[in-house]
Amino acid sequence: MDTGQLLDFYRQMYLIRRFEERAAEQYAYGKIGGFLHLYIGEEAVAVGAIAAMTEKDHLFTHYRDHGYALAIGADPNAAMAELFGKETGTTSGRGGSMHMIHPERNFWGGYAIVGGHIPLAVGAGLAIKHKKEDAVSVAIFGDGATNNGAFHEAANMASLWKLPVVFLCENNRYGMGTAVEYASAVPQMLTKAQGHGIEGEIVDGQDVLAMYAVMQRAVEHCKSGKGPYFIEAMTYRFRGHSMADPESYRDREEVERFRQNDPIPLFKQQLLDAEKASAEDFERIEAEVEEVVEEAVRFADESDFPPPSTIYDWVYFSDGEVGKEPERG
Amino acid sequence: MASTLADLKSLEEDMLAQIDENGIREITYRQALQEALTEEMTANENVILMGEDIGAYGGSYVVTRGFQEEWGRERVIDTPISELGMTGVATGAAIAGIRPVLEIMTINFSLLAMDQIVNHAAKISYMFGGHFNAPVVIRTAAGWGQLGATHSQTFEAWYAHVPGLRVVMPSTPLDAKGFLKSAIRGDDPVLFIEHSLIYRNRGPVPTEEYTLPLEGSEVRREGTDVTLISWSRGAILAQGAAEELQEEHGISCEVIDMRVLRPLDTDTVVESVKKTNRAVIVEESWRTLGLGAEIAARIQEDAFDYLDAPVGRVGSLEVPMPYARNLERLVIPGKDEVIQAVLQALA
Repeated sequence: MDTGQLLDFYRQMYLIRRFEERAAEQYAYGKIGGFLHLYIGEEAVAVGAIAAMTEKDHLFTHYRDHGYALAIGADPNAAMAELFGKETGTTSGRGGSMHMIHPERNFWGGYAIVGGHIPLAVGAGLAIKHKKEDAVSVAIFGDGATNNGAFHEAANMASLWKLPVVFLCENNRYGMGTAVEYASAVPQMLTKAQGHGIEGEIVDGQDVLAMYAVMQRAVEHCKSGKGPYFIEAMTYRFRGHSMADPESYRDREEVERFRQNDPIPLFKQQLLDAEKASAEDFERIEAEVEEVVEEAVRFADESDFPPPSTIYDWVYFSDGEVGKEPERG
Repeated sequence: MASTLADLKSLEEDMLAQIDENGIREITYRQALQEALTEEMTANENVILMGEDIGAYGGSYVVTRGFQEEWGRERVIDTPISELGMTGVATGAAIAGIRPVLEIMTINFSLLAMDQIVNHAAKISYMFGGHFNAPVVIRTAAGWGQLGATHSQTFEAWYAHVPGLRVVMPSTPLDAKGFLKSAIRGDDPVLFIEHSLIYRNRGPVPTEEYTLPLEGSEVRREGTDVTLISWSRGAILAQGAAEELQEEHGISCEVIDMRVLRPLDTDTVVESVKKTNRAVIVEESWRTLGLGAEIAARIQEDAFDYLDAPVGRVGSLEVPMPYARNLERLVIPGKDEVIQAVLQALA
């Protein structure tokens, strides 16, 4: 891998980190409402995995989704504007934090019912197979989702029909505030996939290069007609479940211990040690990212809210003879 | 399920189209659905069928009999018994650009898929700012027939409650075919609710290709004394009651078949009530918080000054469906109950 791509991995992870830190700050200022689920600590998973996807591939994720949107190429301005609920946001203020998209790259959204999007991703896998496309569909979900029927029904069908679906499970050790040992009868989520006849592996989700490599293997497996592949990425969420989380379920010592395994400084040190990049390279990238994020906040703040007159837009996708929903539904 | 040996035998007769005295082709409701599916599968190779037992078994209500032999297992897909999963799979496939027509064996089982229907299919277009859509068609069947408490329900009101869905419940072969073709070609998720007791009903269906827009109600019978409002099998019941009311009591009923339950068009109803000044709504489900309640509310909102009597409502008794034949008969409204309600509205 050339230095340019390695530094781009760093840039993307750093962008996600700083984007979310600024989002948390804007949440505190009251500029962002509702939920704000931060991905901080898990950036290597999104960046490494998505880097191994092509433009034909499809992506469906859970609601902790800012990182995927940025990693797959969504405009940071539009992403921040969406958090602010502005007309210029990725979904014009309709979806918010949990429903980011980037349709140009077949990122069909963050979804907010745990596990519910996994069947959708399998459906895209069915469409790929039907149209005989050289592509895969990727579902990203947490450890908690594997305890839910949607996962098992979808996994069974994907395996039964040998669909090109990558199941990427981010095991961050907690389903909201419940530790995995209190929610899952087996300690590794991969075991459940294996029960459906799906091959896979467990990987260090804090290592962006490991994530990139495993995703390449997964994509190749799926495209060769062997059916789905399951990746269990071991990771950790440094911040609470959402901004409202008192974090009563874990102690500071545990969080501090996992923070030693921060994917961003780890990767930086790795590149410095290997003399792939210099301190100046990182200073330049970090300064550029600061500007991008600063501009995103400014753009979001200065954008307009969606006009009230558009409230009924898109209830139905089609217009014309069937028209939009009558005023009172 | 509901298909019995007797049903299957008579299916052979059903397959023959009949020409009525005016030279118009009459086919069954089931055949109308089969024609719609066949025509759309022929026109668009991205139309696929999915569902439990729709292939080798031929469909619980025999709608897709022979389809897997004709189109192959790639386009007529037998799914595991996974209502949640298969509904999500169909919705995701629609997002990714193909046109799945999913059969959920009965509407009772759709409750397992409600999350996918309500939280995903209905919301994709709006929640994602109109950037893409999920044009999935979900066919399912209401009905009863000594099937017990969990297999005899009809939940159209639950789905018609949800913005973003199109919910249709056709009562005639003509509507069934035209609606299903439009649903498959359209851009929105459609819940297409059939009725297990009307698959063998015959009606005129043109031999030429046609579609019908997924909107608007239809006056089935013109009248002057009272407006009878229903949908699906209820609309057929209402027409039977209207005939008897005319013959036995000299009462002229206008019968309106709602046909499309979301978006719900009550303009035709309101116009009719302004003429007849009386309305009776017939539904096969429970009255409490049902569609009839919404229609009655709209009548009083839009035609309050025209009403000469409270809006009458006929629905099923508020109990889980019992098995015993005599008890089941008490629960589901029949012609007599409709006639009584009309007489009361005119009293």
